[in-house]
Order: sequence, then C-alpha cells, then structure tokens
Amino acid sequence: MRNLILAALAFGICALLPFGDNGYWLGLGVTIAMFTTLATSWALFSGPTHYISLATAAFFGVGTYVTGLGIDTLPFWSLVGLAGLIGAVLAALVGLATLRLSGVYFVIFTLGLAELVRQVITWVQNNTGQKGLYVLTDLDEAGIYWWLLGLAAAVFLTGWLIGRSRLGFALRIIGDDETVAAHSGINTARAKILLFMVPGAVAAMTGAILAPRYVYIEPSLAFAPILSFQVVIMALLGGASRLWGPLVGVIPFTFLLETVSSNFPNQTTLVIGIAFLVIVYLLPNGFVGLLDRVLRRTKANEVQ
Amino acid sequence: MTNHVLSLRGVTKRFGGLVAVNGMDFDVAEHEVVGLLGPNGSGKSTTLNLVSGALPLTSGNITLWGSRISGLPAQTINRKGVSRTFQLVRLLPSMNVRENVIVGAVFGHRRRWGHDASEHADHLLERVGLGGKGDMSLGQLTYIDTKRVELARTLASDPKVLLLDEWLAGLNPTELQIGITLIKSLRDEGRTIILVEHVMDAIRSLCDRCVVMAAGTKIAEGTPTQVLSDKEVIRAYLGDDDA
Repeated sequence: MRNLILAALAFGICALLPFGDNGYWLGLGVTIAMFTTLATSWALFSGPTHYISLATAAFFGVGTYVTGLGIDTLPFWSLVGLAGLIGAVLAALVGLATLRLSGVYFVIFTLGLAELVRQVITWVQNNTGQKGLYVLTDLDEAGIYWWLLGLAAAVFLTGWLIGRSRLGFALRIIGDDETVAAHSGINTARAKILLFMVPGAVAAMTGAILAPRYVYIEPSLAFAPILSFQVVIMALLGGASRLWGPLVGVIPFTFLLETVSSNFPNQTTLVIGIAFLVIVYLLPNGFVGLLDRVLRRTKANEVQ
Repeated sequence: MTNHVLSLRGVTKRFGGLVAVNGMDFDVAEHEVVGLLGPNGSGKSTTLNLVSGALPLTSGNITLWGSRISGLPAQTINRKGVSRTFQLVRLLPSMNVRENVIVGAVFGHRRRWGHDASEHADHLLERVGLGGKGDMSLGQLTYIDTKRVELARTLASDPKVLLLDEWLAGLNPTELQIGITLIKSLRDEGRTIILVEHVMDAIRSLCDRCVVMAAGTKIAEGTPTQVLSDKEVIRAYLGDDDA
C-alpha cells in the first residue's frame, strides 16, 4: 500500500514537468516516458519467461499507422484504444504461431515480424501511389507527455497486479521449468499468449500516442527495428526481474544516447553495440541484479 | 472392473523404428501401490511419461476412473488428478522451498491460492520431514531434501494417483530407510501410487503388486514375491544361465 502511494506521488511530480520547461527537457521527458512504457511492458513478459521479443517495433509501427489513418475521422483517444486492441490481437496471433517455438526461433520470428509488416505497408503504398501519412493534430508535446505518463502508470499498475496474480506466478514457473509447469496443471501456451498480449497492446498504444510527434510517418520510420533493440537493451540494463528494473535502465541510457547523438551523431549505433556488450559481460542481471548482489553481501557480512 | 482408478490398454509408444513400449495392459486399483520394474531401457519411465502426458501415445488408451486421459496434454491430466515426480529431480531454482511446493497447489487437481496455499505447503513440508525449512533456498538442501520438496509439490494438488519415477534412486543407505518409511506412510494414508523402482528392499516392503517389463513388453505381474521368483523375470535381469 505504501509503495502504491509513493508511486502515485512520483507520477504526480513527473506530471508537473511541462509547467517547468517546454523545450529540451520536455522532449527528453517524452523520450524517457516512451521508453519506460515500452521497456517495462516488455519486461512483464520477457522478464519471467526469458523469451526475448524483438517485436516491439512491429506493434509500435502498427500503432502509429492506426493514428495516421484514423486521425481525420476518429477522436484521438479512441485511436489509442483501437491501437491497443489491434496490438493485443496481433500479439495473440503471433503468440499462437510462435510461442510453441522456443529460444532463438522466437527471437528471429519476432524480428522478422516487424520487417514483414513494414514490407506489406510499403507494398500497399507503392500500389496506391501514396508515400506517407500526415498526422496533423492540435496535440502538443505536453499533451503527448501526459498521455505517455498515463500509459506508463497503467503499465506499472498492470504489472503490479499481474505480479500478485496466479498468471504472474504461472509465468515465473514457466520461466524456471516449462515441463514442471505443464505437470503442475498450468496451460503454458495460454499463459504465455495472455501475457504476450500486454506488451503488444502497450507498444501499439505508445505508437499511436507518438504519431502526432512525427507529423509525417512512413514505414521506415514507424517500423525502425532499432527501436526493438533499444527497448531490450534498456530493460536488460535495468534488470527485467523487477517491475521497476527497466526504469533504472531507461533513464541513464536515454541520457547517454542523447549526449552521444548530439555530439557524435554518426556513432550512435556503435554506442548501442558497446552498451550491449557491457551489459552481457558485466551486468548480466542488470542494475537490479547488481543491487541484489550487494545487498546479499552486506547481509552476509552482518551475519558474520 | 470394480474400482480401477487407472487402466492401460494396449499402450504403445514408438520412437521412429524403436518400440519403447509395446502393448502394455494393466490396472491400478484404489489405495493400491503398484511397482513398475524391469531392467534399464525396458520402458518403465516411458510408460510413466505416457500416463502423465509428458509424451503422446502411438496407440492404445489410458483411462482414469473410466474416462480417457490419453491424448490429453500434461496440464489437463494433472488437473484430473495425476501427479508425478521426475527421474532427475526438477525444482524451480528462482524460488524458495515453500514456493516450490505452492507451485503444485495453485493450478492442479485441487486448487488453493494465497494464504491457504502457503499454509497447505507448510503442512506438506512438515509431512515430508522438512518442517520449518520453507524459507530456505534450494541451494541449502541436501539431495534427499530436494527429493522431499519435489514429493511435497506433487502431493500439493491432492492427486488421485501419484507417479514416482525412481524416487529412491541415488540415496545412501540411511537416506534410503528414511525414504522407504516416507513412501510407506503415504501408502498407509491410502494413496494410489505407481512407482518405478530398482531398489529391491523398497519393492518388497512397499508394493502390493508389481508389473515387470522387459524390452517394452509386460513379462510378469503379481505380488513382489511372485514376480521376483518368476523365471522370465530372472532371465530378463540376469540372463539364461541363472533362470
């Protein structure tokens, strides 16, 4: 209960950001809110199951296109909801097709999915002679920020509820030993698909909310595969085993990327690559794992 | 066909050209402890895997209280009341002892959740001789204790049939006596058990009836004394000279 109040307070403070600054810091705030939402929802599924999903860009892109196509006819809030629905359904279909696969096959399939959707949209556009979509709204940067913050709060609440539910427990068991899970009465396929729908829906909604920021959207922008990798790196840097883990990775990594891309715009990919190596070699369980290790060591010292 | 809990009829499993289990027929009555014996590679564990749903049958059928369970996925068979341990102990490393037992209670035949499940787990840990060790991590346990945790997990869903796959294997002589006493206490509770076992002492003192397999086929069935003196059985284990 105390944690809930603290979290609500933290969100309240974050919501005040647009009143303090409307330029650089707000832009950074939008980026952080976006990656927090994406990485936290990603870790809800991939944390316990250890299935590395690279499908974020696919769902995100679908979301931006929902807004892009519907902005002239439907109100913005309904597009966000619609994107969530489409994202969840798409995730369920992907889940049905792939979650029986394990390990590396799942990774490759999810990576391919973003590319597939992108190619399909490009093909449709080529055949209709249309090149991109203009998204013109009166939603400003502060509005986008508040939308994302609201979504992030919803993700944290969902994650907290799942963590206390039987579904969350089932996912932890599946992550440890899928055979034991099945022999303990868990419908493993159903549990995995249900939970995979969460990051699918959230990524699509994030895309829908961010579409107005891009103004002009085209497939190579909306479905950029780099997004999927950034989300994975940030979540792993923070640690996917705790709900707040990814957040701890998102904030420093966003600042790092910001600094690098403004000072060395051509070396951004290099930094991402190095960061990935550092995480794999030095921080296999992220900051959360590091913290756990330190805590355990101090505890052990006290006992002695 | 009075009170058969579990019946196997013509149960067959083929792996490519290899017939691992060939037309097995046997029944298990309520409150009965049936031993499944046979030399290495005779298909005992495979038979158990077919009953628990870990592997699909090639042909034949298995019924639980008269309703067919063969062809169902493992989780459904577990929910209907068949619970098992594994030949090589399978525990969940990210969880402590109590949580490992709760795993069996939440989704299985009889379901519990929250405080109820936790209390039930503690009760079962007490039952298998691990009282007060619920908060320990798995790394702190001895080998027999890991086996106890797994047993407590399989008991946690109040199964109708318990499948023990070489539960006594690998124990030292002292642990073996403790293990036999533990299984015997389960038997005294009136549980229905199929156990795959090599340990002869255990078979004599625990089993009401034995089914002996060799090369995937049933070669003998009867009380432990009957089957252990059966000519076919001796030939299967020791060769023609001793039969």
